[in-house]
Amino acid sequence: MNDFLAERVAAQSTSSFTEHLAAVRPELLPSNRVLPTDASHLAPHGTTVVAMSFAGGVVMAGDRRATMGNMIASRHIEKVFPADRYAVLGIAGTAGLAIDIVRLFQVELEHYEKIEGTLLSLEGKATRLGAMIRSNLGLALQGLAVVPLFAGFDLDEGVGRIFSYDVTGGRYEEPEHHSVGSGSVFARGALKKLWRPGLSEAQAVRVAVEALFDAADDDTATGGPDPLRQLWPVVYSVTRSGHRRAPEHELAEIAGDIFEQRSIAGREA
Amino acid sequence: MTQPFYVSPEQVMKDRADFARKGIARGRSVVVLSCGEGIALVAENPSPSLHKIGEIYDKIAFAAVGKYNEFESLRQAGVRYADVRGYSYDRVDVTGRGLASVYAQSLGAVFTAEQKPFEVELTVAEVGHDVGSDHLFRLTFDGSIADERRFVVMGGAAERVAEAVIDGWSAEASYREAIQLAARALREDRTETQLSLEVAVLDRNSETERGVRRAFRRITLDELNELLTGPI
Repeated sequence: MNDFLAERVAAQSTSSFTEHLAAVRPELLPSNRVLPTDASHLAPHGTTVVAMSFAGGVVMAGDRRATMGNMIASRHIEKVFPADRYAVLGIAGTAGLAIDIVRLFQVELEHYEKIEGTLLSLEGKATRLGAMIRSNLGLALQGLAVVPLFAGFDLDEGVGRIFSYDVTGGRYEEPEHHSVGSGSVFARGALKKLWRPGLSEAQAVRVAVEALFDAADDDTATGGPDPLRQLWPVVYSVTRSGHRRAPEHELAEIAGDIFEQRSIAGREA
Repeated sequence: MTQPFYVSPEQVMKDRADFARKGIARGRSVVVLSCGEGIALVAENPSPSLHKIGEIYDKIAFAAVGKYNEFESLRQAGVRYADVRGYSYDRVDVTGRGLASVYAQSLGAVFTAEQKPFEVELTVAEVGHDVGSDHLFRLTFDGSIADERRFVVMGGAAERVAEAVIDGWSAEASYREAIQLAARALREDRTETQLSLEVAVLDRNSETERGVRRAFRRITLDELNELLTGPI
């Protein structure tokens, strides 16, 4: 009886929520879904997310559009989420799975913090996210890939850091800036011209919005700023004091400014 | 094989209860009290890292006295229960009442079925919009559950400490007043003048004041010294 209890206690002594869930409720894991082959046309896709470092932290921004083939599935979707106080993640790919992975990852970090009484290191968080994406590989091969972009403030080193992933869970640290999703090639081009070392937080937020503007200009799956519906990208910045979501009025002002400057120039965008 | 002596079930239960009570009575006390700003959890605890107070979920905290290994495993089980429930339904579906009844069932099952009962006493605290909607569930080693109002005191000298709390308790008290009251009450029972306290709070308005759902916040040593020495 006691041996049995001891084994049970030892078997349960994990700080990982994902491992605990895999043991007790495996059907709740995003990766344990049964779907037909090539299901990519069945679910909406989220698109462009950009991230960049600035003096004192990182900024991440995502547009608001989800598509299904040539249709707009949603104009209001949010693709950038706080993972915990000092980290954010953005998701491109199959929207439903991506949102589940975000939810799981948020609980994973909070669970670790509550069980262990301390925050996971930024590297540790990035590794856990990689493992989660790897476990989704089967679905990725059926056309339901999820590709995250992860960024956070490293409290030990005192800098903002960015990590990108591939569908196999491969994790790569990105210096300066990075972008994922269908509009990422255009956003990346914009970032290369607009980003420079030592940007302030406000400047970085503007660069992020402008990069998404350029992505939306050339990629139909990326939504640009929408003054008609008052929809702006979701922008988070992370610094030593935690994450902050840029308020709507700030983004409206930046978007208005970009429209104005580009119309004054009177050029082909 | 020799036949064991017959022992009546009443005697078995009484022995187990006495055993658990003795274990708990050796422990130092914990005070959990509702106040104007939220719920304050104050424990006498010489260790800065082996906590008696912990966060379970957004609005729910846990406090315990007794054997560390036993209440720590219960705390972790509570965090797992709450996180699985919140992940599979929604965060608002995790309630203190649900958690307390799971604890009551586990403690009750261990009390009757295992070799020895848990030598612990727990409080599950859930903060609400006002003092009237706070929930303080007190759970004892045999699985009994009580829905307390205002405050809970657990541990060796619970009665004496509770008498000291009851006179000073007020629904409008700030954290400073509540924590000073709890610290004074805990000192009733001790000869040392300087107690090592572990203090945490469940903020009533964490969303509006700190912008987070998670109401639980540990009070650091510096903050605590400021709270205890400052004027009321």
